[in-house]
Amino acid sequence: MHLATGFDAWALTLTTFTPLVGLAILLLIPRAEEQLIKVVTLLTTLVTFGFVVYLMSAFDYDKSSQLQFQVKKNWIPALNVHYHLGLDGISLPLLALSAFIVVLCVIYSWNHFPEPHNPKAFFALLLLLEVGMNGTFVAQDLILFFIFFELVLLPMYFMIGVWGGPNREYASIKFFLFTLFGSALMLLSFLALYFKGGHTFDIPELIAANKHGMTHGVQLLIFGGMFLGFAIKVPMFPFHTWLPDAHTEAPTVGSVLLAAVMLKLGTYGFIRIALPILPKAASSWAPWIGLLAVIGIIYGALGCLAQSDMKRLIAFSSVAHMGYVMLAISTLTAFGINAAVFGMVAHGLITGMLFFIAGSVQHGYGTREMSRLGGLLTQAPKMGWILGFCAMASLGLPGLAGFWGEFPAIASSFQPGAGLNEALFRGFMVVAAIGTVFAAGYLLWMLQKVAFGRPKPEFAESHVHDVATAEWIAWLPMLVLIVVLGIFPNIMFHTTNGAVTALTKVFGG
Amino acid sequence: MAANTPHIDWLTISPEVALVATIVVVLIADLFLPRRDSWQTSRIASIGVLVSLAFVAILGVHSALKPLFGGAYVVDDYALALKGFFLVATYLTILLSVDYISEGDYYQGEFYFLLLCSVLGMTVMASARDLVTLFVALETISIPTYILAGWRKHDRRSNEAAIKYYLIGAISSAVMLYGMSLIFGLTGSTLLPEIAHNLAHVHNSRLLVVAIFLSLIGFAFKVSAVPFHWWAPDTYEGAPTPVTAFLSVASKAGGFVALLNIVFFGFGVRADAWVAPIWIIAVASMVLGNLTALRQTNMVRMLAYSSVAQGGFMLVPFAAYGIAQGNHNRAVAQTSFEAVIVYLLIYGAMNLGAFACVIAIARRTRSADIEGYSGLFNTSPALTVLMTMFLASLAGIPPLAGWFAKFTMFRAAIEAGGWAGASLAIIAGVMSVVAAFYYLNVVRTMWFRPAPAAAEPVKVPAALATSMALCAGVVIVVGVYPQLIAHIGDLASKVTG
Repeated sequence: MHLATGFDAWALTLTTFTPLVGLAILLLIPRAEEQLIKVVTLLTTLVTFGFVVYLMSAFDYDKSSQLQFQVKKNWIPALNVHYHLGLDGISLPLLALSAFIVVLCVIYSWNHFPEPHNPKAFFALLLLLEVGMNGTFVAQDLILFFIFFELVLLPMYFMIGVWGGPNREYASIKFFLFTLFGSALMLLSFLALYFKGGHTFDIPELIAANKHGMTHGVQLLIFGGMFLGFAIKVPMFPFHTWLPDAHTEAPTVGSVLLAAVMLKLGTYGFIRIALPILPKAASSWAPWIGLLAVIGIIYGALGCLAQSDMKRLIAFSSVAHMGYVMLAISTLTAFGINAAVFGMVAHGLITGMLFFIAGSVQHGYGTREMSRLGGLLTQAPKMGWILGFCAMASLGLPGLAGFWGEFPAIASSFQPGAGLNEALFRGFMVVAAIGTVFAAGYLLWMLQKVAFGRPKPEFAESHVHDVATAEWIAWLPMLVLIVVLGIFPNIMFHTTNGAVTALTKVFGG
Repeated sequence: MAANTPHIDWLTISPEVALVATIVVVLIADLFLPRRDSWQTSRIASIGVLVSLAFVAILGVHSALKPLFGGAYVVDDYALALKGFFLVATYLTILLSVDYISEGDYYQGEFYFLLLCSVLGMTVMASARDLVTLFVALETISIPTYILAGWRKHDRRSNEAAIKYYLIGAISSAVMLYGMSLIFGLTGSTLLPEIAHNLAHVHNSRLLVVAIFLSLIGFAFKVSAVPFHWWAPDTYEGAPTPVTAFLSVASKAGGFVALLNIVFFGFGVRADAWVAPIWIIAVASMVLGNLTALRQTNMVRMLAYSSVAQGGFMLVPFAAYGIAQGNHNRAVAQTSFEAVIVYLLIYGAMNLGAFACVIAIARRTRSADIEGYSGLFNTSPALTVLMTMFLASLAGIPPLAGWFAKFTMFRAAIEAGGWAGASLAIIAGVMSVVAAFYYLNVVRTMWFRPAPAAAEPVKVPAALATSMALCAGVVIVVGVYPQLIAHIGDLASKVTG
């Protein structure tokens, strides 16, 4: 194990906990000093992102399979729990995504504060959320991972519950209880791993440990517990029902963070923890995961077609997109998992953007009901074009980022990992491919409803603000990245491939 | 023959002596203090508690204390840690009570007198290694609390609380005493280590099961475990709120310490005789306590059921210990012993904190209806954040201390293993999610609901604020750095060998 020295030993800690420092400062500022609060928050998130930029520049991309910037300190020696952080090729893109999106969310919030306003509380929660998200992607100890994984719950609960839509109380508690249920069983699985897998919570040690102490049945059960924890977070069909409610009711920034980062905590958990630690159980579970994934793809798509609320439609499209990611993971191949990580980042950018636009549409029209909307292209042409662009990216148009998440995911199931039923996965592949047709259908349908045609009479006279400055600043980086990743997908694949290949060795893939 | 006075090492029992002295001083002072100055008794009481705490600390540094009274009274690190806990919990209770009692036109000196008597019982309980001592300690804890529960003399609810609590307490004591007498008959001793030694040779296992079962029922009443819990909600609601806080934390902890002593030092070897009832009682407490708490609209009643449920979580390690005794898994004894103590300490801090907030809020709303908490975030944000922290900690959400309590509890159950252990852990896991619902229901009312039009900020008196700050400090620091209380694990290894 290579422990980092000097500044590198602190880099991950700083990336994770800088938002906490900002939060502490924020609490000292009186509630009325709104401008100062915004500036402090922006600076905090920028500094955090600065650390991530440093990590990206100092990262050794040729050794992306190894944990870099590692720190390992005793935390709870009595329980053999360590403060162990590390970064490899799989963590890096997700950590970058998280720190990046949070900055943009702060910028977007600048003059888009949902009722009941109160920027101090809102940003305090946002910063706390960032600690949890960043920490989850770098934690290398199961208990530390669990703490960060849970840390995101309360801030998001309050974000939905305080600043959310009319049905916010129901949505927030549903989100909370679903996730808590999953993570309670996940924690039990972690404990069982500890006692059966060599009395350690350290993820690399657990991956390396031999699992002779565990019968296959026990492995299956432990994997099952973790599966529940992660699958609810992703969310996979049939655990997805919290998602449309949470997304629909959450304030714009909450939806963006949910879609862009928080759903990835689940898929990341599969890749980081469940698969490599229990490969045999993963092989046995893979067909079922694949099955639920393709059901999710089709179900999500059909769900989209049944929506009248634009935001709810995007939420259901997330179910479908995360289905592709999970299908790719379930192939247990390097090709598939590379695609999955790419899909996670691409979905984060694209769906995050779609939620931003939905928020601005709501802001402009006061409604997201697609039957009342129309003619966005005539009233706010720039926003209309951006919506069109993102819809294209989301349906997987080649040349944009969405393509590289979706197409390889489908292709990977043509040749699943050793020991998996080829015919079954090819069946999945066909279903997933049909899903892309649905995706094109509902996205174009939404575009047509919202952007094309003439404005409805009730909004014909109203003046809708086109993309404002703060929105441009928040959106442009995402739009540029969607194009750049679409044209140069190797930026990502080069980063992840080493780590993914090392990971899938256990599957003989 | 002259009475054979036992040799007494006064230093060893100095914390108790300090308490007794304080009790006397409080009583006398109350006699001479003019009525308007009788709040001074609270000051005397808290100083006495702190002095006693200082003696505990001195004893902690002082090593090699000998058992007293032929092994019936042991002051080891484990006992000292618990004495410290009881004293701190009492200090916090006094902080909670000062304004409540002095504003309510109650007898003040007597209140602190009774409180201290009860604590005296607890400190004795921590050291009791003998059935008789155990019983005397338990009664010393209980009898003052019967009177405290009825402190609001003119309130019929308070009267009901006291009489219910008293009757149930008396019955349970009788049942327990009967069980203990059977144990004595079977083993020929009241000393727990000797009982442990002799139990292994008891062949009349049917009688043994009855004996152990009856003595455990007594404790089940004390810790308000299902199905012996139904006094708790009425008593909790009727008693003055600071007394309820005391009952739900210190007094309950007294019961659990009694259970720890008797199970780990006495009945451990014959787990076959008690593991099934403990398993059932633990599950029933978790399930019924949590499900009933869901329906409560009164904050104190909700906390009462929540305390029944939390008691169920605390019983899980006992069951784990019993299961592991069957598998000859020695390590679990330590894990589960540790889990109970860790859970007690953390539960004490978060529950007292929550009660401090309830008392503070009731100063404005004059009731404990959860509905009355609407919009508290808008009028008293700091208090709301504190209350949210305590509730989230009770729900076991990291990084607040409650997660660590739940974690150690899960750990004991999983380590015990087998179907009995795994199913216990899963039930506990699912139930902790149910619990999150009603804790968050309060949070939701405070944060998401609009405040009533004329709502004013809650004014928190200094004593209450101090107690909240202390509890919040524990909840945060222990949650982020649980290693602080992990030396409890060393105690456990010493005790369980």
